[in-house]
Amino acid sequence: MPIGLNDIIAILPEIIVSLSACVLLIVDLFIPKGKKFFIGGIAILTVMVAAFVSFYIAGAGLTGMTVFSGMFAADGFGFFFKGIFFVIAILVILLSLSYVDTEGIENGEYYIFILFSLAGMMVMASGVDLLSIYLGLELMSLPVYILTGYAKLNKRSNEAAMKYVVLGAFSSGILLFGISLIYGITGTTELTGIATALSAGGAEHGALIIAVVMLVAGFGFKIAGVPFHMWSPDVYEGAPTPITAFMSVGPKAAAFAVILRVFLDGLAPAYDTWYLILSIVAVGSMVVGNIVAIAQTNLKRMLAYSSIGHAGYALLGVIAGGEEGVASVMYYMLVYAFMNLGIFAVMLYMRTTKRSGELISDYTGLAKKNAPLAFVMLLFLFSLAGIPPTAGFIGKFYVFMALIHAGHIYLAVIGILLSAVAAYYYIRIIMLMYMKEPEGEFEFVRSRPILYVLTLTAVVVIILGIFPGDLLSLAQSAAVFL
Amino acid sequence: MIEQIFFIIFAALAIISALGVISLRNPVHAALSLIVCFFQIACLFVLLRSPFLAVVQVFIYVGAVMVLFLFVVMILDIKKVSLGVLVTRRSKYIYFFLVGLAIELIVVLTGGFQKLILDTPGEEVKIEVIGRVLFTEFLFPFELVSILLLVAMVGAIIMIKDAEKEGAK
Repeated sequence: MPIGLNDIIAILPEIIVSLSACVLLIVDLFIPKGKKFFIGGIAILTVMVAAFVSFYIAGAGLTGMTVFSGMFAADGFGFFFKGIFFVIAILVILLSLSYVDTEGIENGEYYIFILFSLAGMMVMASGVDLLSIYLGLELMSLPVYILTGYAKLNKRSNEAAMKYVVLGAFSSGILLFGISLIYGITGTTELTGIATALSAGGAEHGALIIAVVMLVAGFGFKIAGVPFHMWSPDVYEGAPTPITAFMSVGPKAAAFAVILRVFLDGLAPAYDTWYLILSIVAVGSMVVGNIVAIAQTNLKRMLAYSSIGHAGYALLGVIAGGEEGVASVMYYMLVYAFMNLGIFAVMLYMRTTKRSGELISDYTGLAKKNAPLAFVMLLFLFSLAGIPPTAGFIGKFYVFMALIHAGHIYLAVIGILLSAVAAYYYIRIIMLMYMKEPEGEFEFVRSRPILYVLTLTAVVVIILGIFPGDLLSLAQSAAVFL
Repeated sequence: MIEQIFFIIFAALAIISALGVISLRNPVHAALSLIVCFFQIACLFVLLRSPFLAVVQVFIYVGAVMVLFLFVVMILDIKKVSLGVLVTRRSKYIYFFLVGLAIELIVVLTGGFQKLILDTPGEEVKIEVIGRVLFTEFLFPFELVSILLLVAMVGAIIMIKDAEKEGAK
């Protein structure tokens, strides 16, 4: 089949991002040290152009087609997730601009790797064939492995990168094994073909359980779901903070896009086989994430466990299934991206030579020293805990509604009980900020890009909490697979 | 029938040599048994009527990757590093666990793989066909792999660059 114009148009955003990353690799050679923020600026510009093009393609009614012989789908679902990725990439680059300077890891490739990782995530969101999904996943992960170890003189960063890359390779292997079993059972890697083969009797195949377990293990590693979460606290702690922020929202959202497509489209006829396995992972993540987070003294580690817990909530939306369940996960990922990036922005704003902003005790008495910063921190913590009128509440609310409508009331009850546990450790930080006297000196980075990120995320978290209607209906209309 | 016998021979040798890779103490021996394992897999590709893949397997994995492995092993002189740390008393239980998993896999997989599509290998695949498929049906993954390899290459260079020198600049 020859390649037509339609194929090119459908992947135009991906072409823009990866081509620009390749060109920037060369441009970087001519930029002197100390001026590398220029690369970051072009990277942001690239993402904006790609976002504009995607918006145009989605708006011009060019969606709803599968191109490259069923490898890639340009559909609303993919574009919704790509929108989330664009926002994440821009905000993370903004957060990095001053951090790389303080840490002495300023380097043009830093921003280029973010672009490459973005390209991988975009392919994942649009992939409708296990082959392109897997390659997208690798293209997303590889730059993140490198970025994790970017602070080469920092032992924790080295350790984190080593753990991440070894365990990541292992999980990729398991995922590939699962994919090959699926191919063995159904004779195809295309998701629609898999669905047809499974409903034609393949769903009774004994090896399907093993294949599903392996797929869950492979994707579960990327979303840090229990019991595949062991890497995440160490890696989150060791990686440069903006990269931790990126990791906690980007690859997670991309992996959820894939999970939604693979399980609710390709493996939909085998719902009875995977429903229980995913339920175990979801409940395990909520329990371990929320309970272990209580004992943490390092904010990054605490956020790692909280992110494990949030993966559990989002998995509940996958289990609920149907249009409502899919839309709830999409909305949850959007909201989670904003609130989590916000909290990392606060952490980076505190990052000076005097204190790292990584310890929870660093925030003692913050309200007396910098009331606006303490207030936005409070906002993000409320949102993560799921307290109205913040966006986090709406996100959780829709997941639980979808779950109850789908008839899984027990799971919803467990989820709600555990989010009450979660509120404890979020509110503990608020207590420290507002009720205690400040200890020692406070200093702030006063970097303008970080301020922009703080303002944007805070405003969005409130607006999405009060007027969720528009974006939610957008998610619902996009929650249809090709 | 005769094909099945060959399959069993190759598969058994592949598994035995794979076990050797992880259980032999001397890293050079482990690398050599990995070569044996790769050879057996190349033979399996022949049985699947894809001689091209078999040749590529020997060229790339046995030829290039393994020689690189051996080089690294010899340059690093890993023998000095104590390898005994990996095998602790607790890891004995892991063997039971692994054997259990293997039995489970065998039971489940032998139950239903009779109907497998891969059981009946088709015509011998020519290189020409592979090339044509690669540049039409699989063009998108093909291009993706090229970007992936570029990222891996740049990443490896970034990681190796002398960090201390860079910081001093």
